[in-house]
Amino acid sequence: MSSIAIIGAGQAGMQLADSLRRGGFEGSVILYGDEGSLPYQRPPLSKQFLLGDLEASRLNFRPIAHYEKLAVTLRLDCAVTQVDLQTRTLAMANGEQAAFDRLAFTTGARVRKLALPGAEDPRVCYLRGITDAQAIRERLATARRVVIIGGGFIGLEVAAVARTLGKEVTVLEAQTRLMPRVVAPVVSAYFEAVHNQRGVRFLLGESLTALAPTSSALGLTTASATYLEADLVVVGIGVHPNLELAAAAGLPCEGGIVVNEFACTRDPTVVAAGDCTWQRNILFERPHRLESVQNAVDQAKVAAASLLEKPVAYSQVPWFWSDQYDVKLQMVGISTGFEAAIVRGNPETGAFSVFYYLGERVLAVDSINRPAEHMAARRLLASGGLLAKELAADPAADLKTIIEKN
Amino acid sequence: MPKITYVDLDGAKFECEVANGLSVMEGAIANMVPGILAICGGSCACSTCHAYIDEAWSAQVGAANDIEDATLDLANERRPQSRLTCQIQVTPTLDGLVVHVAKND
Ligand SMILES: Cc1cc2nc3c(=O)[nH]c(=O)nc-3n(C[C@H](O)[C@H](O)[C@H](O)COP(=O)(O)OP(=O)(O)OC[C@H]3O[C@@H](n4cnc5c(N)ncnc54)[C@H](O)[C@@H]3O)c2cc1C
Ligand code: FES
Repeated sequence: MSSIAIIGAGQAGMQLADSLRRGGFEGSVILYGDEGSLPYQRPPLSKQFLLGDLEASRLNFRPIAHYEKLAVTLRLDCAVTQVDLQTRTLAMANGEQAAFDRLAFTTGARVRKLALPGAEDPRVCYLRGITDAQAIRERLATARRVVIIGGGFIGLEVAAVARTLGKEVTVLEAQTRLMPRVVAPVVSAYFEAVHNQRGVRFLLGESLTALAPTSSALGLTTASATYLEADLVVVGIGVHPNLELAAAAGLPCEGGIVVNEFACTRDPTVVAAGDCTWQRNILFERPHRLESVQNAVDQAKVAAASLLEKPVAYSQVPWFWSDQYDVKLQMVGISTGFEAAIVRGNPETGAFSVFYYLGERVLAVDSINRPAEHMAARRLLASGGLLAKELAADPAADLKTIIEKN
Repeated sequence: MPKITYVDLDGAKFECEVANGLSVMEGAIANMVPGILAICGGSCACSTCHAYIDEAWSAQVGAANDIEDATLDLANERRPQSRLTCQIQVTPTLDGLVVHVAKND
């Protein structure tokens, strides 16, 4: 019998433990976490939970009995501080040590922080975990003016919630359009309009240069010398992968812990999955990091298979969603490097898709309030992504049938 | 609390009390019904909470909306009785509901 240690009790860690047992592993499985809570879902933290529509108890993926049934040992308040791959031992923050035979890193990511004097003020909040979301929720109850730094998914979802709660909301984004790294300009423009109609104010191409906390407000100054005041600032400017532990153990790291398509690090008995990984995946030309539920789950399954010595290559097409007000954005594929963005449908109707092409191949599709097109696109990308541009552009062409025939 | 009976792929029955307001998926997870995976946590994005509504309950449960209907296309072995359990809210009228878990992995 051997033992497997999983460091990080989030979505990927819980899936990995589950998949090991499903795969018939009978040795010991220990899941180490440092948040003190059972593995829970993060997506609602910037959506229903923040709005107050969901109790915290409903965030857990599984009840504690599930882990007992699987005989997975939970150490949920137990940060791992050191890993020694030679002696096969790990050390915990409380001074304990434990031996392992095989190891998984599912350490996730942590928020990037503002590097400005005054940013330690408690009215400057970040959003990654449940305690962050609870703090923002509490402050939202009394705040009148909310400023969001960063016009990415998290920033915009928080903006939508704050606006729905009747707050005065301003969003600062350093680039000149929203979600600039992930969506085409037409999608950025659509979301800008959606938020504008609901009364959100945008300062695009603007960054924060100074923060002056006073007892009554936070004074914010931007690069163009615009001054505004806030009762609450929520910062959503991206994450750092938690790779330091793996790096200190001697494993190669770049924009995350480097893994191959089998979720293996350089040491084949050590895997990594989820937000903490930098993937060199055969499906994609460039290495990348994905921060999504889909990736955490699918990569954890691949990692488990590798630990069980029944390797399967990661071949799942990435997908993602974001809810802002009643608008549902669903994405599939990775659009990086696209040459043409073909719009299907009319953005003015509030329902359309964008097909991102490189040559004749579809790399990715974003769908706004077009769930059927999103699902058809998932099939399309799973089967190679070949679709004539005229068909992509023609809302009357029945994608589902065309893709099934391919 | 309404009682819901989940029948897993092997035919095993799980009779569970599920609080009003929770989803049928959440009832399955809380009671560790095998086969309901729910990896997207009820966001109607993954289809791994797929089940078949017992014929006797079709009318009370009703039909899927557009998003669910689209997501169901990802499910294994979709049938007329197919629903995503995360999209069905437990209410007093569903007391006695029987659902058959589909093949979700
Ligand atoms: C607010 C928010 C909204 C989101 N919305 C969506 C969405 O709509 N759709 C979507 O697909 N994705 C969404 N995501 C992303 C998704 O939640 C993440 O990609 C997913 O949680 C990644 O899972 P993970 O297990 O890799 O990392 P995490 O969930 O971050 O889990 C890692 C865990 O490891 C712990 N840990 C780290 N280091 C150690 C250590 N040394 N010892 C012990 N424990 C350690 C961390 O504290 C954490 O609990 C959202 C994320 C956030 C924060
Ligand atoms: S839980 Fe994902 S679709 Fe129901």
